[in-house]
Amino acid sequence: MFADLPLLSLLVWLPILGGMAVLLSGDKGDSTGVRVLALVISVATFVLSLGLFTGFDSSISAMQFEEMAAWIPAFNINYHLGVDGFSMPLIILTAFTSILVIIAGWDVIQKKPAQYMASFLIMEGLMIGVFAALDAMFFYVFWEAMLVPMFILIGVWGGVRRVYATLKFFIYTFIGSVFMLVALIYMYYQGGSFEILDMQHMPLSMQEQTFIFFAFLMAFAVKVPMWPVHTWLPDAHVEAPTGGSVILAAIMLKIGAYGFIRFSMPIAPDAAQHFDWLIILMSLIAVVYIGFVALIQKDMKKLVAYSSIAHMGFVTLGLFLVFQISSNPAKIGGHGAALAVEGAMIQMISHGFISGAMFLMIGVLYDRMHTREIMAYGGVVHKMPIFTGFAVFFSMANAGLPGTSGFVGEFMVIIAAFHANFWYAFLAAMTLILGAAYTLWMVKRVFYGQVANDSVRALTDINARELSIMAMLAVAVLVLGLWPAPVIDIMHATVENFLQHISVTKLSLN
Amino acid sequence: MSLDSLNVALALPEIFLLVMACLVLVIDVYLPAEKRNFSYVLTQISLIVALVLIVSSPVETRQLAFNDLFIRDPMANALKSFILMISFGIFVYSREYLLDRNIFKGEFYVLSLFSIVGMMLMVSANNMLMLYLGLELLSLCLYALVAFNRDDGNASEAAMKYFVLGALASGMLLYGMSILYGLSGSLQFSEIATAVGNSSDTAQHIGMIFALVFIVVALAFKLGAVPFHMWVPDVYQGSPTAVTSLIGTAPKLAGFAMIMRLMVEGLGGLQTDWQQMLIVLAILSMAVGNIVAIAQTNLKRMLAYSTISHVGFILLGFIAGTAEGYSSAMFYTITYALMALGSFGIIMLMAKKGFEADNISDYSGLNQRSPWFAFIMLILMFSMAGVPPTLGFWAKLAVLSAVVDVNMTWLAVVAVAFSIIGLFYYLRIIKVMYFDEVTDETPIECGRDMQITLSANGLAILALGVYPASLMALCIAVFA
Repeated sequence: MFADLPLLSLLVWLPILGGMAVLLSGDKGDSTGVRVLALVISVATFVLSLGLFTGFDSSISAMQFEEMAAWIPAFNINYHLGVDGFSMPLIILTAFTSILVIIAGWDVIQKKPAQYMASFLIMEGLMIGVFAALDAMFFYVFWEAMLVPMFILIGVWGGVRRVYATLKFFIYTFIGSVFMLVALIYMYYQGGSFEILDMQHMPLSMQEQTFIFFAFLMAFAVKVPMWPVHTWLPDAHVEAPTGGSVILAAIMLKIGAYGFIRFSMPIAPDAAQHFDWLIILMSLIAVVYIGFVALIQKDMKKLVAYSSIAHMGFVTLGLFLVFQISSNPAKIGGHGAALAVEGAMIQMISHGFISGAMFLMIGVLYDRMHTREIMAYGGVVHKMPIFTGFAVFFSMANAGLPGTSGFVGEFMVIIAAFHANFWYAFLAAMTLILGAAYTLWMVKRVFYGQVANDSVRALTDINARELSIMAMLAVAVLVLGLWPAPVIDIMHATVENFLQHISVTKLSLN
Repeated sequence: MSLDSLNVALALPEIFLLVMACLVLVIDVYLPAEKRNFSYVLTQISLIVALVLIVSSPVETRQLAFNDLFIRDPMANALKSFILMISFGIFVYSREYLLDRNIFKGEFYVLSLFSIVGMMLMVSANNMLMLYLGLELLSLCLYALVAFNRDDGNASEAAMKYFVLGALASGMLLYGMSILYGLSGSLQFSEIATAVGNSSDTAQHIGMIFALVFIVVALAFKLGAVPFHMWVPDVYQGSPTAVTSLIGTAPKLAGFAMIMRLMVEGLGGLQTDWQQMLIVLAILSMAVGNIVAIAQTNLKRMLAYSTISHVGFILLGFIAGTAEGYSSAMFYTITYALMALGSFGIIMLMAKKGFEADNISDYSGLNQRSPWFAFIMLILMFSMAGVPPTLGFWAKLAVLSAVVDVNMTWLAVVAVAFSIIGLFYYLRIIKVMYFDEVTDETPIECGRDMQITLSANGLAILALGVYPASLMALCIAVFA
């Protein structure tokens, strides 16, 4: 349908330029116009992103929809875009989620709506750029630039401690990424190119790989976020406006995991293999310990934020299991490794939907009650039956109920973990208990029981706008949960190629 | 000797500017106060014409004039063009500021023009004497300009401090130069370079290093590198913002040229020696500049410490000691001058009669009062912090990669570590503008000329950040 268009460039620049237009149209007078404009741009971007899906050839592992032009010849930096089975689903997820946050902020945001909408649109373009960039410096520009709109979003439209939260968010992420910058420059001088694919094939000694691996780890572990550098996330989530939380959880965290797939593992496979125990350890701590931390939270947003960290632990666990599965030929070998990576990818997409839905759900309650304290609620089901139906459904999905997308990814990773080590699987499976415990306990306290107080009594059920968001997400969660095969098919060739690449040592290249 | 061999035409822009400076001086005497605008317009026209004179006569190779005292090469052309453009911006930004304070006088323009001539002479110096004369012309004009608002006690104090420390630095420079002259027997940079290359015996080499120490100290004083930075914060804060913007922007380009001419062209043979000294200066500057800036509540003072840290980054390019290193340092210097110009422009925009707008808290809620200029300041601050896609990021990338290229990755790691600290105080400005509640509701008013120039200044930082290839190519071509 869109075969002859420079689709990726459009996907990057349409939201950015559209966001600029929204920004310039300003906040004077009636703001309905800018809201409609923002919605039109985000829907158009989503429709264009579907062109990636229809035009994608899932039988090959090479980059597709490639566009390349010289950008900064002095440093051999190219304007190079392209997608494979890893990045394509994430781009569509980004475009999809952006529509939701635009709708979610429709009535709620009354303070400077043009700046609010513009921030989301610009951020959408930058995030798509992160997934599509195939030149490391081009990637880095998007990676850093996307912090700016998020910084503004949390700081301007956030809660009481927004300044603290947003500064912490920005500085944490910046600290991680500057060391990645040094690693990238170093590789440029070793290999003469900033192309990510060239970097993946470049020979590196073990010592170099170790430094590069840890430089990347600082950048990506903060972003995922992995224990023990996760502390910015609960603060940022609690203070961010609903839309900001949704983007943060649904997309930004995925960018960290995507970084592992695109940079750390292929560029430094030997170091990744050597230090995989560290990542697995950090992931399991995230799954188990953070699960317990989530249990005791009093603030709903904080609870979901911690649950996000635990769920992202599954992603990094799945990715770094592959070395142990591959080196264990008595088990089913390569197939198990593919299961782990695909499970991690499914978990990423599924968590995008579910965490987005959870934050939107909390947003719906917050807009009415202006509190996120679990204690302030009780018996919401009596006043908001339709909403409660959705809320319970999403909570079940968050807990990993079979039939929802939350189950698929976790199940795949746990099965794969059995191929590596029983105890990994045992600890990872704890999440099924812990996740159910903290999510369902929250549901019980908030939605069931007697109507707690007069403010709950005054609640009204969700309107058509909120219903449309919830319905879209519910469909997505169900479809991915019941029939994940199409998504797995898309990435299968890419995953096989990825596993093939990281299983070959780089040390013999010298 | 015939007049032809002097090659006077090469120095036409400088001569023209000098004539115009004298003309403004004379005409201004006969102008009534309400027609003072004429001096301003005449000054701006002179700058534009001088710029046209430079741009219209590009040079491919080095060309010498005035018995090899004066040099015109691609680097000189590029630096002079930026000096003139930046000065143009300063005059646009400062007009209303000066009017509000009753110091909209011809002397401001005359002294500024002379200082610009001084900078241009420094850029084109091929001889130690020439370099020194250019430097003194610049410095003396700046001393006078700092004290220009003579009823202001802070300004007088700043001028005194600036003068005493500046004179000390000039003395150091002269001392170093005289030792060098004694050892090499020449004031010409090319002959000094030959002498340095031939200095095989140890005694002479030690003498050269002795001279080098004095010269490095003097340069560090003039640039404001730690530990010779004490004058910078006081002078930045005490001077009228119009003068601060003149001190903090274009002279950095002249300072860059001074290092290039003196250290690289003249004393390039001693590179391993000055490299070590510069490493110490650079690390200290980045450390002190970035850390102390966090504690500031005065924006001008904060920008002073920010300058110090940026000087540290500029020195990184020289430390690399390669053509890439020099071009990255030049790229960084130009970038810095443009960013600083915009930042001081914002301060002058916010300043009103009897209100300097130099406290960080004065910027509370700027996004409510003027979303557009808050956005411009946002770009400038992110650029200073080195966040893409602004020009400041590419400047940092260029110097860092120059350092990594010569296998000093550790230095690059130190530099990025300090840039993280630096990030905090730039973010604080954005925090104040965007997240804090507005305290002063009065709308911001300024002339159309200032609005356009300031917007162009800010947007150029963003646009050049999205497409930095042209400016980078210019800086690289200069050293090809």
